[in-house]
Amino acid sequence: MDSKLETYYRKLKKRGLSPEQEEKIQAELSDDSRHGIPARRATSREAGDPPVKDVYAWDDLDTLQAIPSPASSYTLQLKSIDELLERDKRREEDGFPRKIRVGKMIKPGRGGKDKVVVVPTTVEEKFIHDPNFNPEEEEEDAAGGSGEGEEGEVIGEQPVREDEGSGSGPGQGEGESHEMESSAYDLGKILTEQFQLPNLKDKGKKRALSRYTYDLTDRNRGFGQILDKKATLRQILETNISLGRVPDVGAIDPADFLIAPSDKIYRVLSKEMDYESQAMIFFLRDYSGSMSGKPTEAVVSQHVLIYSWLLYQYERQVETRFILHDTEATEVPDFYTYYNSRVAGGTKVAAAFHMVNDIVEKESLAQDYNIYVFHGTDGDDWDTDGTETIPEIEKMLRYANRVGVTIAQRATGASSGTEVEKYLKKSTLLEKQANLIRLDAMQADADEPRLIEGIKRLISED
Amino acid sequence: MELIDQHTKKIMEGCKDRARDAGLSFEDETLEYIVTNRDLLELSPKVMIPTLYDYWVHDVEVLKEKGKYELYPGNPYETVINTRPAISYYNDNNPDWLNVMIFYHVIAHIDFFQNNLYFRHTWDYDFTGQALSDKRLIANLRAEKGRWVDYVIEFSRGIDNLAGYHTLLSGIHHPPALDGSEKLNFYFDLFLQEHQKVNIGKYIKEIERYNEYQEKYGELGEKTFFSEVEKKHPELKALFEKHLRDKPDHNPDIYLYLLKHSNKLAKEKNGWMRLVMQVIRNTSLFFQPQIRTKIMNEGWASYWHETLFLKDDRIKGHEVEFAKVNAGVTALPRVGLNPYALGMRLFYYIEEMVDKGKHTFAFQSLKDSIARDAFDQDTRKGHDFIFALRENYCDLTFINDFLDQDFIDRHKLFVAGKRLNKRKMVYEYYVKSRKLKAYRDMVFGSLYHPPRINVMPEFTTEKKLCLKHVFEGKPLVREYIANTMLGIEFLWGGPVMLETNEPIATPKTETKVFVVGPSGQPKEETQRPPFQWQRVLYTMENRKLTRKLL
Repeated sequence: MDSKLETYYRKLKKRGLSPEQEEKIQAELSDDSRHGIPARRATSREAGDPPVKDVYAWDDLDTLQAIPSPASSYTLQLKSIDELLERDKRREEDGFPRKIRVGKMIKPGRGGKDKVVVVPTTVEEKFIHDPNFNPEEEEEDAAGGSGEGEEGEVIGEQPVREDEGSGSGPGQGEGESHEMESSAYDLGKILTEQFQLPNLKDKGKKRALSRYTYDLTDRNRGFGQILDKKATLRQILETNISLGRVPDVGAIDPADFLIAPSDKIYRVLSKEMDYESQAMIFFLRDYSGSMSGKPTEAVVSQHVLIYSWLLYQYERQVETRFILHDTEATEVPDFYTYYNSRVAGGTKVAAAFHMVNDIVEKESLAQDYNIYVFHGTDGDDWDTDGTETIPEIEKMLRYANRVGVTIAQRATGASSGTEVEKYLKKSTLLEKQANLIRLDAMQADADEPRLIEGIKRLISED
Repeated sequence: MELIDQHTKKIMEGCKDRARDAGLSFEDETLEYIVTNRDLLELSPKVMIPTLYDYWVHDVEVLKEKGKYELYPGNPYETVINTRPAISYYNDNNPDWLNVMIFYHVIAHIDFFQNNLYFRHTWDYDFTGQALSDKRLIANLRAEKGRWVDYVIEFSRGIDNLAGYHTLLSGIHHPPALDGSEKLNFYFDLFLQEHQKVNIGKYIKEIERYNEYQEKYGELGEKTFFSEVEKKHPELKALFEKHLRDKPDHNPDIYLYLLKHSNKLAKEKNGWMRLVMQVIRNTSLFFQPQIRTKIMNEGWASYWHETLFLKDDRIKGHEVEFAKVNAGVTALPRVGLNPYALGMRLFYYIEEMVDKGKHTFAFQSLKDSIARDAFDQDTRKGHDFIFALRENYCDLTFINDFLDQDFIDRHKLFVAGKRLNKRKMVYEYYVKSRKLKAYRDMVFGSLYHPPRINVMPEFTTEKKLCLKHVFEGKPLVREYIANTMLGIEFLWGGPVMLETNEPIATPKTETKVFVVGPSGQPKEETQRPPFQWQRVLYTMENRKLTRKLL
């Protein structure tokens, strides 16, 4: 793989690279981390505690009696979410800003059993000193300590990112306290109602599914559940005409008809195919080395929201495919893997789009599905001018209902926009095909409302 | 929740007797409950007060990353609460010897609650009883006013950290004998001098006359004196009343100022808001002393559970198990600040110092380190001295007065710094300083300290309320300003202004500097652009916030 990367890099270099681009690529090339799913973290009590406790982090129940802070029960909170959101809505009517945030939402499980966790959170604002403010330098958190060691001596290390590649917030292990479970469907409902996400227009693309309804639609001669009088009469007439008992079609006397038992037509209960729209969503995520931390978190959180929203819109008739890419794309089986895979390697956006096109073509999905493609990236692409990416996107736009590109830009990034943003704008696809492709560029540390704002931008019809 | 069984209660009573013999003093009655996880679920949002008022935020996961303790000074997982009788909570399967240790700890806490003067305002009533009646009051109001009650709770909680705790305390502790009555002061300071403009001779004569009355009539002296005076100066009464009305408050805190002067709250139909605000204020004031005495309180409790446990004859044979648990509680962490460990060691240290007579000028002026070590006057006053400390000190004064370089050296304390090593992508913890000043500043920096925000009566008019943040080197959390001011505007009924300091970055010129790191390799560091402090004026009017540089 490394040698392949090298050749690709050389190819790119031949095409010409600016120093900054070169620097970025070098950084990703020299990063020798590997993709993979981090091991499940230990329980909160072992790992979740902050390594450094300050004065007020100690309490008697925990310290003396080893009674941890209580795990909250689901039922207690389930009752309250509707109440809370209702209350929040009324706040707005009363002229106060909303206070409930629906935060920390993903709890992917293995084997497709993804759960979405809705934790309503809020904050009580007061005038307080900013605890994070440090006028001196970037060095932070002076804490107390005791024991041996000269001044200046390093006494311990702590990795910057302990759970790389996944958001630390969402990725809390199984059995974490203070959670409330709700299906993604419910979340979609909340999103649609509370945050006024648009409803989808039905594209009229209706396809049969393996779902049936039962109705009295089939006809049967001789016996059945309900006599279909109109059809029966017609049948009798037909029989009598062929028997030559109707000489004048203008003056029929029904009293003269001969009626055979087989003329009676009944309706019987039967299995019917149900016709409904359905959607296929492709989630694409850049998991290259540059995506570590915040960008990944933002992208994945937004994808969960989109997924939930579409799930609601299509009445659960949604299929999802997950594709991860660095310089090569791979399809992963479930959201858990999609969500948790570690970042590493280089960046080639085209690979992922190419894979989607491939899948759609091979499985001829275009006829049967409303296809949505959402791509999340930090905006870096080794293919700096989109020579490989743009054609793939154009191809995609022929069948897709909507392509949404999310760019979670690092705060330190160039203000003129990232590479992906630049080449997409240059291609003028965004204006020409505005109903098919949307771009949302945000800061990587965007909060929940910003993510939802972004979704509106990606999926709205206007 | 159920009470502990008779067997365990008997152990508790035994602990009380032994603690009393050691000098601790506390009320006889206490209540001990066994708590389950389910109980804790209900108790912890209510700061362990079972009867606290209901509020919807209690049902919601509260975001706490920012300023956790500044926002929530009450400790949600306290074992013992400062009520009458004191209530404490226990696991149902603690072995007896462990209960003995915890009981001593709890008893020392109760002793601290009931003797430390920072808790003075909580001594005369039972908070759970008060809270219960408040809870019913709020429930009744809610039935009548609906969600508006919750808005008032929300907005009151928004400023409850600014309620004048120290003003309240100084009101309680101010010795009344030093000051004459309000009326007396007015008569001699203002009336005679400014209204009557009497000469000195006459003034002194008046004082003499007053003293005569005091002697003659004792307690009724002042009253008789004024009934005489008022015959002569009938205008005095009216002038005095006017003076009382117009007298400016000194540094009034926002909370009281709103209660006293808000036109909106003064309206009869809004009277219920004042009731709600009083409840929130009292609740806040109740919790204030606990967070301000965390190190002392836990140190005191740890000192006594250790001392008394080791002397207890009932549980011989559990010393090893005790040592293990006790070390978990009171060991100094390699990095971090453990109030149990620090407080306990300070109490031991101070007791020893005073026993040896080292808390004296003679010792302080001694420079010779061998002589310092050998210094011992055998005063045996340490025990009494630490009891006086637990009565009169809070964390700030405790650390300020008694933490010294000898203590830091003895326990090998240091300030730990944390820095990013970009090459290895790890945070490094390192020994930053072992100096007294650095350590003390670090402790001070971590102590609870709400901002000081005063009303400026000279700029405040009937309509607009002017607030001033007394700047102490740190800005306010900016994203919280809007909603807090929205609440104040609601309670005030007019525009609200806040003057504060904010760091304004000078134009973004990131400079890259190469620094030779400890490993000897040059490492690149981006320096943050310098900033300047700028006075900023926020105005909240009609629920809209505007910001203006001054």
